[in-house]
Amino acid sequence: MAVLIDRNTRLIVQGLTGREGTFHAKAAAAYGTNVVGGVTPGKGGTMHEGWPVFNSVHDAVRETGANATVIFVPPPFAADAIMEAADAAIPLAVCITEGIPTVDMLKAMTFMQGRPTRLIGPNCPGVITAGQAKAGIIPGHICREGAIGIVSKSGTLTYEAIHQLSKQGMGQTTCIGIGGDPLIGTSFIDALTLFAADPETEAVIMIGEIGGTAEQEAAAFIRRAFNKPVVGFIAGQTAPPGRRMGHAGAIIAGGQGTAAEKMEALSQAGVHVVKSPADMGAKMREALGR
Amino acid sequence: MKIHEYQAKSVLSRFGVPVPRGEVAFSPTEAADIARRLGGDIVVVKAQIHAGGRGKGGGVKIARSANEAEQLAKQIIGMTLVTHQTGPEGKKVGRVLIEEGLQIERELYVSVVIDRAAARPVIIASAAGGMDIEEVAASHPEKILKEYIEPGTGIVAFQARKLAFGMGLPGPVVGKFVKLLDAVYKAFLETDASMIEINPLILTKGGDLLALDAKVSFDDNALYRHPDLRDLRDLSEEDPLEVEASKFSLNYIRLDGNIGCMVNGAGLAMATMDIIKLAGGEPANFLDVGGGANAEQIKNAFRILMADKNVKAVLINIFGGILRCDVLAQGVIAAVTDLGVPVPIVVRMEGTNVEEGKRMLRDSGLKFTTADSMGEAAEKVVALASGR
Repeated sequence: MAVLIDRNTRLIVQGLTGREGTFHAKAAAAYGTNVVGGVTPGKGGTMHEGWPVFNSVHDAVRETGANATVIFVPPPFAADAIMEAADAAIPLAVCITEGIPTVDMLKAMTFMQGRPTRLIGPNCPGVITAGQAKAGIIPGHICREGAIGIVSKSGTLTYEAIHQLSKQGMGQTTCIGIGGDPLIGTSFIDALTLFAADPETEAVIMIGEIGGTAEQEAAAFIRRAFNKPVVGFIAGQTAPPGRRMGHAGAIIAGGQGTAAEKMEALSQAGVHVVKSPADMGAKMREALGR
Repeated sequence: MKIHEYQAKSVLSRFGVPVPRGEVAFSPTEAADIARRLGGDIVVVKAQIHAGGRGKGGGVKIARSANEAEQLAKQIIGMTLVTHQTGPEGKKVGRVLIEEGLQIERELYVSVVIDRAAARPVIIASAAGGMDIEEVAASHPEKILKEYIEPGTGIVAFQARKLAFGMGLPGPVVGKFVKLLDAVYKAFLETDASMIEINPLILTKGGDLLALDAKVSFDDNALYRHPDLRDLRDLSEEDPLEVEASKFSLNYIRLDGNIGCMVNGAGLAMATMDIIKLAGGEPANFLDVGGGANAEQIKNAFRILMADKNVKAVLINIFGGILRCDVLAQGVIAAVTDLGVPVPIVVRMEGTNVEEGKRMLRDSGLKFTTADSMGEAAEKVVALASGR
């Protein structure tokens, strides 16, 4: 089971012939992902590292039967790539690119309304289903098959959570990096909804950070409709207000979006909130009563 | 990227937003010349720094003659202005805006930002202008009006009218407000702004609307397509180490503590600051070296980190995904050898090629303290920084 991607995923890579695209396509294939081709406009009809390259997502989907795409396209062209994927009605598009202008994402999000594609990211590490498939840059070798889902705004903190779980003898179902930009395709609530419906996922680690109100909205959702144990961590408890902490979306603006208010909202919703990022794995063990 | 008030007004006026007549002065003589050109009974001398609250801090003064404008400019240029937004160290004033004085009937508030939850732009307006909008929102939420904009449609006239009537603008002014808001929204989209705030937007006794103050910031990710706007960056407003770090695509933010941090990934970098604090220490900085850092970048990162003289110990916390631990170790060893880092270094690394990385650190002959978990690393670095 797991969510979003699995053994049956047929993945294409937008930006396959670029350095990042090539590197991560190979890593995904080495992990067992069924990578079926790539898209680089102007290089259609050629082969790259044994994969067919297409001029458009439409062509790639038609020829390969792809049902997921991972986007490694430079920031000025990434929103275009997302919209092209959506126009080809591919069910899942994972955008790794960091640094897409917000106005471009605004257009992409508007374009996607009414189209069937689910977007993960941008500015995210992607998705991995332990032991099955990955779309993105999460290192496969740190994952173990198991029963914990992870949803996170941060890449390396996701790796940290996976590592802590594995050390505690707990594996993962699917790890979803939703990204640290102000405008993202899949929210905490969307990811939690997927985990709620997945019988294999017993519990979830949720990693948020300062900025915006997505964690508070997730807290309200958890209180109302999510019945599995959740362990939560919010990065940026010591972040100064008004400064953008690396991620475009990680900023306390006008006194809003502090770690304290997010941690409070999650605690109120019954989430096991840890103050220290070193305690995520141990707290999960405790939450599961093991 | 933030810009000065006078730059913001110039950008806005290019799109048709009415602003008071005025010019920037870098010296008292220039200030006097501008005041003479503007004429009228009074001019306003306004300190230009990237922070609000300038009036309360003594950075905004009224002059009744060109001579007085010169005297005031002499006082203000070079002063260190402390406001609630500058922090206690304040900001040095390098330039002043000299502007015509106006007869104010009412002070309003208008801003445009992207609402993240709604994934669309929102116009925020209030009849309670001239005040801190966060205070208004907290004490009188009913005085905050909002209109969400459909990105495909843009702002529609009825939405602007709704805000105008909501703020109680007199009939003849409503049409002017609709036009002004249209120009503000156009400026927002076309400059890739992340925020435009006009506070106050004034209604003059003569029935005109003007942006009396303006704050504009731009989306850093979009600056590549606005070379003209990029030129408005004032490096003297930024921390020199942060400017230096930005040259090497390093995400560095200077803080007040004494424990330097070098981390890969923004989330882990914030979490590392948090865990240092939990262990009883204070982080000296936020530093994200990024996912694909090479040995050269790590060396630059070290150089910038160590240029902060408050740093008494360094914590390197790397979770190698794409960034391999052996590459990191190589970079750290080279940097420490070349730069001769005089403070204790705690290294915690995990992930790809971690054993090789650890072996390289051990065999380097340099004195590193290693840790196996984030918690242990934080405890150790806090102890070392406090000389324990």
